[in-house]
Amino acid sequence: MSTATVTLTNPQIRRSQAHTATIYLKEAQYEFLKNLRLRVYTLSVLSFPIMFYILFGLVLNAHEAIGGTAVPTYLIATYGTFGVMGASLFGTAAGLASDRGLGWLQVKRASPMPPFAYFVAKVVTSMVFSTIIVLALFALGITLGGVRMPIGMLVKLLGTLVVGSLPFSAMGLAVGYFAGPNSAPPVINLIYLPMSFCSGLWVPFMFLPKVVRQIALVLPPYHLSQLALGVVGAGTHESVTGHWEVLAAFTMICLGIARIGFQRDQEKMYG
Amino acid sequence: MSAALEQIHGVQLPGLSPVVASLERVNKNYGAVRALNGVDFRVRAGEVVALLGPNGAGKTTAVKLLLGLLQPNAGKVRVFRGDPTNPENRMRTGAMLQVGRVPETLRVREHIDLFSTYYEKPMGLAEVLSVAGLENLKNRKFGDLSGGQKQRVLFALAICGDPDLLFLDEPTVGLDVEARRMLWDQIRQLVRRGKTVLLTTHYLQEADALADRVAVINKGEIIAEGTPGEIKAQTAGKKIRCITSVSLGELRRIAGVTEVREDREAVEIHTAEAEPVLRELFARDASVSGLEVTSAGLEEAFLALTQEASKNGNSH
Repeated sequence: MSTATVTLTNPQIRRSQAHTATIYLKEAQYEFLKNLRLRVYTLSVLSFPIMFYILFGLVLNAHEAIGGTAVPTYLIATYGTFGVMGASLFGTAAGLASDRGLGWLQVKRASPMPPFAYFVAKVVTSMVFSTIIVLALFALGITLGGVRMPIGMLVKLLGTLVVGSLPFSAMGLAVGYFAGPNSAPPVINLIYLPMSFCSGLWVPFMFLPKVVRQIALVLPPYHLSQLALGVVGAGTHESVTGHWEVLAAFTMICLGIARIGFQRDQEKMYG
Repeated sequence: MSAALEQIHGVQLPGLSPVVASLERVNKNYGAVRALNGVDFRVRAGEVVALLGPNGAGKTTAVKLLLGLLQPNAGKVRVFRGDPTNPENRMRTGAMLQVGRVPETLRVREHIDLFSTYYEKPMGLAEVLSVAGLENLKNRKFGDLSGGQKQRVLFALAICGDPDLLFLDEPTVGLDVEARRMLWDQIRQLVRRGKTVLLTTHYLQEADALADRVAVINKGEIIAEGTPGEIKAQTAGKKIRCITSVSLGELRRIAGVTEVREDREAVEIHTAEAEPVLRELFARDASVSGLEVTSAGLEEAFLALTQEASKNGNSH
């Protein structure tokens, strides 16, 4: 037997900050690339809000107004919410459920990858896709819908929607920890679609029946869409802080659920 | 004895390589099922150890405990004398696990690049591709690879960090003969560089081909440990294969016969000593033909060990 020179006391292997930053960057870069190349993901997440916007905001109703705001402008806020919500939910939940259920996450956990990098990469990827969706809506609205918004308002709207996508990334992590690889997409749709409808993301909020409008008050997409509408001047003049507080609380609850799932996973046997 | 002394005093006895990974009196339960029962297992620097057992024996559980993916219900798990969940340990280990699905839209070199980044001193893309035999596939998307090629990528991810200790969980399962031989060669190359390898398998031939030391595990307990030669010697025996008109029942009643099996038109007779059985056989059937007498291989040893263990109350 060869006398292998193996040092048994743990050498002080500490990563430099630059190395750690590189890991986070590459993790996010490859997560984004992976999703971008996944036609199922990009088509559904990017095309649905854009298609709906074109149909309802540019082809039909282009010259109508909702409560004083031009339809193409109004719908950027609501379909923007719909879009970032979908990008975040599908970006995090489906991938996480699949990685967990099929053993890939274990391979990554067995490696020296900092666990946090995995989650950050998923959230960042969702935010990048959210940005793409909102910018696409901006481009369509401005060029084809006659939308006129000062640069400051555009930036504020983009920022609101992208930051506002974080609660849905958190929700995606919570769902991803408890769903199986095959059940995750249908479960996400079961949550995503009714929630969107009841929050006034398809039929504008003021046209929803009263009962539904009551429900909307506890739904996060309602609060995000109200924040977005507020930026374009179509909000219901409720407290901005109040909306952010609901979103923050929702994020905390989802992260708590995700954490329970994370700890439960430390013990589960796969395959 | 020496192992016990080592445990108590942490003494490094001359002639033995240091222990790089160990399970000490480990129990692991999944609910009511005890997957590992009082397991003592050591991996020493520079050796290739095979954990050999049937499906469900507890091999993957043992590997996951050593990788810090699971916590033991009792006992201690040590890797490089520390806790396996210690991130510094993970810098020095690489793992090839059984995976249902790997991200398919990333290319081979992208997978290797990402995993290499986790490590302090990665092997470098060119070398990893060379060792794993993936040079021509580096730009291929994972989803476009064949089963054997996918296994080689998982192997590449295990070695890309140039780890001191390598865990391979059923590395050749589902591969055809040629792909399996290729992977064995690649593993041997690594061993020549001085890596320590723990490999789990239910392919007896694989343990025989690769391992310096084999630990046979069944139903959560290690029932035998030693070199492949020692394991085979524990159930020394001969195998007589022939075509005979003597019935199976009658063959079993011959003194010294431990087992009789049918193999298409022939029978396989297992016995400790071939000559007395052969004399009986010729006496009963003068027209016996197609006679072959061989030493029992690892397969027979393994079956004998697991059956004996079951008889002695190994089952729970």
